[in-house]
Amino acid sequence: MTADSLLEVRGLVAGYGAAPVLKEVDLTVPRGAITAVLGANGAGKTTLLRTLSGLLKPTAGRIVFDGTDLRGAKVEHLVRRGLAHVPQGRGVVAELTVDENLRLGGLWRGDAAGLRRDVAEAYETFPALARRRKHSGHQLSGGERQMLALARALVGRPRLLLLDEPSLGLAPRVTAQIMALLLRLREATGLTVLLVEQNVRGALSIADDGVVMSLGRVAVTASADRLRDDAALRHAYLGF
Amino acid sequence: MNTLVRNVALTVAAAVALLALTYGLTPFRNYQLATAAAYLCATAGLTILTGLSGQLSLGHGALMATGAYPVALAQNEFRDRDITGGWVLPVSLAIGVATALVAGLVVGLAAARLRGPYLAGVTLAVAVIVPALTTAFDSVFNGDQGLSVYIEPPPLSLGYSFPNERWQAWIALTGALLTMLLLANLVRSRFGRHFRAVRDDEIAARLAGINVARTQVLAFVVSAACAGLGGGLLAVLAQSVSPGAFSLTLSLFLVMAVVIGGLGRLAGAVWGALLLVLLPEASHSLTEALSLSPAAAQRLDGNLPLAIFGITLITVMLLAPGGIQGLLARVAGMVGAKRAKQHTPGR
Amino acid sequence: MDRFVFLTFDGLSRGAVYAAFALALVLIWRGARIVNFAQGAMAIATVYAAYSVTSATGSYWLGFGAALLCGLALGVVVERGVMRFVGHTSPLNAVIVALGLVLVIQAVLGMVYGNEFRPSEAPFSRTAFTVGGLAFLSRYDVFVFAAVVALMVGLGLLFTRTPVGLRLRAAAFAPEVSRLLGVNVAGMRTLAWALASAVGALAAMLVVPTGLGIHPTSMDLVFVTAFTAAVVGGLDSPLGAVAGGLAVGLVLSYVSGYAGAEMTPVAVLLLLLAVLLVRPSGLFSGVAARRV
Repeated sequence: MTADSLLEVRGLVAGYGAAPVLKEVDLTVPRGAITAVLGANGAGKTTLLRTLSGLLKPTAGRIVFDGTDLRGAKVEHLVRRGLAHVPQGRGVVAELTVDENLRLGGLWRGDAAGLRRDVAEAYETFPALARRRKHSGHQLSGGERQMLALARALVGRPRLLLLDEPSLGLAPRVTAQIMALLLRLREATGLTVLLVEQNVRGALSIADDGVVMSLGRVAVTASADRLRDDAALRHAYLGF
Repeated sequence: MNTLVRNVALTVAAAVALLALTYGLTPFRNYQLATAAAYLCATAGLTILTGLSGQLSLGHGALMATGAYPVALAQNEFRDRDITGGWVLPVSLAIGVATALVAGLVVGLAAARLRGPYLAGVTLAVAVIVPALTTAFDSVFNGDQGLSVYIEPPPLSLGYSFPNERWQAWIALTGALLTMLLLANLVRSRFGRHFRAVRDDEIAARLAGINVARTQVLAFVVSAACAGLGGGLLAVLAQSVSPGAFSLTLSLFLVMAVVIGGLGRLAGAVWGALLLVLLPEASHSLTEALSLSPAAAQRLDGNLPLAIFGITLITVMLLAPGGIQGLLARVAGMVGAKRAKQHTPGR
Repeated sequence: MDRFVFLTFDGLSRGAVYAAFALALVLIWRGARIVNFAQGAMAIATVYAAYSVTSATGSYWLGFGAALLCGLALGVVVERGVMRFVGHTSPLNAVIVALGLVLVIQAVLGMVYGNEFRPSEAPFSRTAFTVGGLAFLSRYDVFVFAAVVALMVGLGLLFTRTPVGLRLRAAAFAPEVSRLLGVNVAGMRTLAWALASAVGALAAMLVVPTGLGIHPTSMDLVFVTAFTAAVVGGLDSPLGAVAGGLAVGLVLSYVSGYAGAEMTPVAVLLLLLAVLLVRPSGLFSGVAARRV
């Protein structure tokens, strides 16, 4: 375990039924960097994130987060340790308002005053949300929901953010805004991000490192620069 | 055609065996056998409805009542008019079955489009409210006290000392065998396939051209008619009807019987009916064994079967949704698979 | 005309109780997607507990409090001890298990207390006030209204203004996402059951002194009626449950007044059938909320 890796995964095996989806995944996420997880549909990217956040129990392997083995940790406790997961589809609670969703992100801290401050800060970072604070989840557009999901995760002051396909269903302009935002956050707060994306170009434009998954395993680990520039690598693993 | 022949042959064989059995049993056991046969009509109908057609009914006790009360009224009416003969009882039972069939049609039409908790809620309402009708229409049904049912003694052709209980067993077993024959054929028929298709995937069934609503209603009507026959038989055996005999508790007992016996399997309905008769007896023996004051004993005796039924139901549902018959089927399946493996060449 | 006024107020008073009970059903439906068919049996058990406490201490209010506490406890026991383990292969599983619970609870009550009807005294007078010759509410009716209104206000505040309420709602609407945000969803589910059970206990304590009597099966018809009310209002809508309860209470009061008390169960059945055939999603259901 190197000093500057926030998350280390070794030999992770996990799945939903008889056949495992993840077949011995090894992965390292450097602290303060944006790591993109790429690969075709069915490669196991979403399953990987769900296993990391505890929604799915692995059958083998280790997950070490900032020096602590996460084995046996309950899902609801991980956010206290600084691990936030924004699932595929965003997970905005449609029946609650924007304000309630944001507060939900920080309830675990039990600090009402601190929560109010952080929610106010979220409104500063995301002025579009401030305009909609009393609106309920299903009144928001796709882009607004993505912002809400992100803002909600950040209210919990995570150290590692697991993001599952934030660009899904969003227009290119909105996607670009989100990616730019992630970059700014990384610069400003040193937030570590593990970003699962189908949108390869968008992800590689902000990522520091890339991990390409195929059929439940890690096929290639390389810096984002290499993945962008090395045509052979791109053709072989990323299809373009 | 093969199925029909096979089922008729089985029925005849069963009839012969049961006939012999009634000569070997004590009067008390014959009465129990008769009661089990009456319950079997209802459990068989219910297991088809719930297991095969996928519609849970919490109201089959009330449907038994809709068969029982007409039998009571008919028998008493025949007696009042001095009409006698061997055909009287079958006619009364037929009236009971017809009434229950109509009741089943009404409930079935209402229930056909309902699923899940809504269906359960409606049938629960039927279970709770139909007995209350006896008080609402007091003059006909005599409220809580109920009615006594006039039944003719066994025909003289059978001999002077022919035990009443054996006669009762014959009547009830005839009803039960006819019910089982009908249902066995139904299960194998096109209708049985439709029931299963709708239960498993309603949309696919609809796309395949099955009229879903009609199928659901048919299942309800058939199971109600069977329950009505069972209720009518109970009226004959107990020689009385009252709302207390057909309360929500009976409806829940029937559900328990088919769940434990194994949903959707006619053999399971047999297990269930036996359970309904034997468990109270076992619980009674238990109460006797603990020497308690008469008051305490009475409280225990009335309620222990309920407690045991309830706990059994919960335990079975939590552990094995297929019930006893399901477990047996699974064991048989495993044994069969093992044998097949041993015989597979080249392994 | 005076009869109509009297029946209207009487109906609202009964309706308030059905509203409360329907609310309990909606609470669990929203939280666990289960209709708690054991709610009536659980509620009457708490009434027996109140009866014992009142008999021992001579205080109605101690008994009342005991019923509510017992309701909370029973909700926890049932959820943690039984309902948590129900398989999700079919929605029927939870229904059948709940029915098993009904049998067990009623049996235990019968074994401990016996199956005779016990009378139940109301804490306030049940004779109606007359204003200018018009009979309308009794002291007891006012108490029932006050209790139910207090309940609704209390629950409303709990759910919309407190962190616990936010957690309860989030856990009900989006359990997986809530866990990711640190909400103890399993604990919230237990809490929802405890609350619903306490609400059911309150409703039972309010309705039993109105001539129902204490018997293991006293709440069966009330359950069916409250279920009807919940269906009328839409199982997903707490406001609908309240409106449905009041509506059903009014209908039953008119039926009882004009057609006779014995016809009320029939009216309930017909009403239920009518609603389920015409508008099964209830009168107040909006578009189903989607998770985004």
